[in-house]
Amino acid sequence: MSLTFDSFASPWWPYVFILLAGWVATDMWRWLGVLVGNRLRDDSEVLIWVKAVATALVAGVIGKLVLFPSGALADAPMLLRIAALLCGWLAFLAAGQRIIVGVAVAEAVLVGGWVVLG
Amino acid sequence: MTLQDGDGQSAGYHWFFRGMTGVVSVPAVILMMSFFGFGVLCRESGLSLGHSVFMTACIWALPSQVVLIGSITSGASLFASAVAVTLSAIRLMPMTAAWVPVVRDKGTSRWKLLALSHFVAVTAWVWAFMKLPSLPPAVRLTYFAGFAMTLSLLNISITIGSYLLAGSMPVLLAGSLFFLTPIYFMTALTAAARHLAEKLAMPLGIVLGPLFFHLQIGLDLVWAGLLGGTIAYLADRMFRSRA
Repeated sequence: MSLTFDSFASPWWPYVFILLAGWVATDMWRWLGVLVGNRLRDDSEVLIWVKAVATALVAGVIGKLVLFPSGALADAPMLLRIAALLCGWLAFLAAGQRIIVGVAVAEAVLVGGWVVLG
Repeated sequence: MTLQDGDGQSAGYHWFFRGMTGVVSVPAVILMMSFFGFGVLCRESGLSLGHSVFMTACIWALPSQVVLIGSITSGASLFASAVAVTLSAIRLMPMTAAWVPVVRDKGTSRWKLLALSHFVAVTAWVWAFMKLPSLPPAVRLTYFAGFAMTLSLLNISITIGSYLLAGSMPVLLAGSLFFLTPIYFMTALTAAARHLAEKLAMPLGIVLGPLFFHLQIGLDLVWAGLLGGTIAYLADRMFRSRA
């Protein structure tokens, strides 16, 4: 039997779970980063691959959040969610990679489409 | 403690305070809006308020927090959750390594850097590289601490506020706040990407993550990261060798 978030009824277990799977799992990279400091070259091949894997993993989360959301966003049609993300992305690129433009356009398409369709 | 501009103590407070005012900036404000979405996500994923606040305080990396929530709601084991979060947080290592030479001065102690490294995340990192290089090295760490600790505290408060409001929020508002998280990640990570590999990894991961989830392959996020990242890296290499 494997340990999950709901394995124990005691109130402290979820906090231990978050500490181990959350805090240790993130801060150990920061501590390692301090120790490695400027000795690591920012353009080494291993680092480029590692950053690409990390980006693809977070991108996987983005895809799941948009295609299989939990809660309120699930009420918006799936095609609308995909269209909003795509429009925001294209606007972001067209505006010279300005984050605020991408966010604003994506939200405008989502909310506008949701009001019109729903 | 010697600072060239004024006596140490009051100059320290001055720069800490100036750092605090940095939370009024475009990346900081978008991050705060995204944390509104995070509180809503926590509530809708069935977490308690305490769990949600604890997550923001001790992880302080929104992508990793969302990965952990995804693992918890899918009933993943402690080991599988830790692996997924660890993989999503790997990029914090090179980010922190690049951050050290920018914030430290000659006499900066290692424990101070270790403690403040907790606040390194996409937004604080982007901000540090925008603001710090033009300042004298002696004040940089204090200036960064003022900004990053304020940003973290504000987002802990926002996690509480949005969690509490999520219950009575109209569906349209809750849904559009929730939507901030994916679009902010997508744009902020691409804007911060320095190599073609990272830029290519974004669309690949967005397709592979849901695909592997749909096919019910275990550890879908981990495989999406490894496969998508490796394809993007190889494409980057081929492109570079041809250029």
